[in-house]
Amino acid sequence: MNALNEVSLEPLSDTATDDVQANFNFAYLDERTKRMIRRSLLKAVAIPGYQVPFGSREMPLPYGWGTGGIQVTAAVIGPDDVLKIIDQGSDDTVNAVNIRRFFQRTAGVETTTHTRAATLIQTRHRIPEIPLQEGQVIVYQVPVPEPMQRLEPRETETRTLHGLAEYGLMHVKLYEDIAKYGHIATTYDYPVLVNGRYIMAPSPIPKFDNPKMHMNPALQLFGAGREKRIYAVPPYTSVESLGFEDHPFEVQRWDAACALCGATDSFLDEVITDDSGSRMHVCSDSDYCQSRQDAS
Amino acid sequence: MYVAVKGGETAILNSYRLLAEQRRGDNRLPELSVSQIQQQLKLAVDRVMNEGSVYDPELAALAIKQASGDLIEAIFLLRAYRATLPRLGTTKPLQTDRMSLERRISATFKDLPGGQVLGPTYDYTQRLLDFTLLANGQDATADVQPPSHVLPTGIGAAVTPRVVELLNHEGLIETRPIPPGDPSPVDLTREPLRFPAVRSTRLQNLARGDEGFLLAMAYSTQRGYAHSHPFVGEVRLGQVAIEIEPEELGFAISMGDIEITECEMVNQFAGSKTEPPQFTRGYGLAFGHSERKAMAMSLVDRALRADELGEPIESPAQMQEFVLSHSDSLEASGFVQHLKLPHYVDFQSELELIRKMRAAANAKAAQPDTGVTA
Repeated sequence: MNALNEVSLEPLSDTATDDVQANFNFAYLDERTKRMIRRSLLKAVAIPGYQVPFGSREMPLPYGWGTGGIQVTAAVIGPDDVLKIIDQGSDDTVNAVNIRRFFQRTAGVETTTHTRAATLIQTRHRIPEIPLQEGQVIVYQVPVPEPMQRLEPRETETRTLHGLAEYGLMHVKLYEDIAKYGHIATTYDYPVLVNGRYIMAPSPIPKFDNPKMHMNPALQLFGAGREKRIYAVPPYTSVESLGFEDHPFEVQRWDAACALCGATDSFLDEVITDDSGSRMHVCSDSDYCQSRQDAS
Repeated sequence: MYVAVKGGETAILNSYRLLAEQRRGDNRLPELSVSQIQQQLKLAVDRVMNEGSVYDPELAALAIKQASGDLIEAIFLLRAYRATLPRLGTTKPLQTDRMSLERRISATFKDLPGGQVLGPTYDYTQRLLDFTLLANGQDATADVQPPSHVLPTGIGAAVTPRVVELLNHEGLIETRPIPPGDPSPVDLTREPLRFPAVRSTRLQNLARGDEGFLLAMAYSTQRGYAHSHPFVGEVRLGQVAIEIEPEELGFAISMGDIEITECEMVNQFAGSKTEPPQFTRGYGLAFGHSERKAMAMSLVDRALRADELGEPIESPAQMQEFVLSHSDSLEASGFVQHLKLPHYVDFQSELELIRKMRAAANAKAAQPDTGVTA
């Protein structure tokens, strides 16, 4: 059981590995494309929470599988970076493995599973439990960058609403939840107000992770490849989860502790352990869980 | 007890091997070559070039082979390859009236300058399975000789005027002159799609769009979802010269010929406050022999001009954001299939929410209703 969260980081030997770095530029994208993405990133950092359109390229991985995050990572990564890739909090889910492999093959950078050791973290659906630090960059994979898309599918309309900071639509949606269910029924991709100006989709992280974005010392970058948008939260920027005075924002809590490391402060996944539906809870952040097990 | 999901890297490598076996099939049979695909599955190759946005039959055939015949996967391979290629310039507008025609039909005039040329088409085949192809692998036309001469294209080629130009003699149809300075259109492979999109951008999006999606959209305009009264002005198939005009030369040079299918759809238009009643046009252009695509494209193009022509926008096919945001097979395929990726965390959050809501509902039901009993 102790070996649960260990991940082998040895580059895999398959026939294509050798020619990939010779045939493609460092981190796959050509330098002109990287410059285009960096310009969009600079604009995104200058206007926190604003969605910057960019010329998203067709990547060798499918749209919806992290192409936005991959392009942002490819644009900012350097040979000295130490890269960590997680999906659902874990380094060993197949998609995380596949993206890590992609950067091992195309950039040959050092990779890690340890949150503290990484200079660059690409994530899907989670923020690591261990607090990020100054100098670290976290790249979020974003499926739907527009927080109001489900309320108003037309981009021409939502663009205007953002321009006017007219967010009544979103507040009414949250209010209707309260009127119907007695509480806000959004559990992930919970909308946030960035720097007091733009409402932003935090990507489908659980709302449990939302408070970690607020005044975070790390640079937070968001890439949506299919929708061709980039946005950012610079270090030490206010990120406020929407709520009402009488129904303030709340995060999920569990009655259980992690069955492997005993943590009570982390996001727990349920695992079904037998046919009769017995369950156990384990940390979704595999590095956090492992480091706690190692320490005890 | 609990065994975590592990071994992702090994699983991925094993899946590569299984995929290679599946692609090869029974290895007692000879392997299909890329040139066989290029020559004998031409229409598949044409579709992959269209939606892959690269005119390269050999690479398209390679992609089809690599994708085991899954055309959307083949389009993906070609697009990913294309993404890293430099863009060197923009061609002059194609002179499709100077095409060497292999096929040209008009549904609006019985006869017209240049004539009707049936050419290669499945249109009038009777769709009976040809068991001779199954029996001996020999097709009936195996001894037909290829044409001994190549028709000239471009400058010097015979001009076959387009039907719309014939109608224009009477001023009955709108005209679309090349804008002054012939500006390059937006390149959607380099810049993101923004709304509202101008017609050249829309056409580029449709040209890359999924054939099945465009077909359904076009079909909807014929069934009352958008007021469309289309006639096929003409469909033409043939070779057209690609010309560029390098700045340092100051005159056009031909880079070679490509095969294209062009469709001009003619639509009735009752007129508006500013425009007299006349025919309007929907336009479709596709690489290779792709009539279904070009025709669907021209119907959707015309439907998307509703705003410009002052028609009410009521149907999906008339809504730019609806059509253009959902036409791309790779975007659609990727996002639909990303649901296969793990969603443990989101699902966990929803699980908690549903339990909480059920608990609240049960508690409410268990409480005696004090308002009714006395």
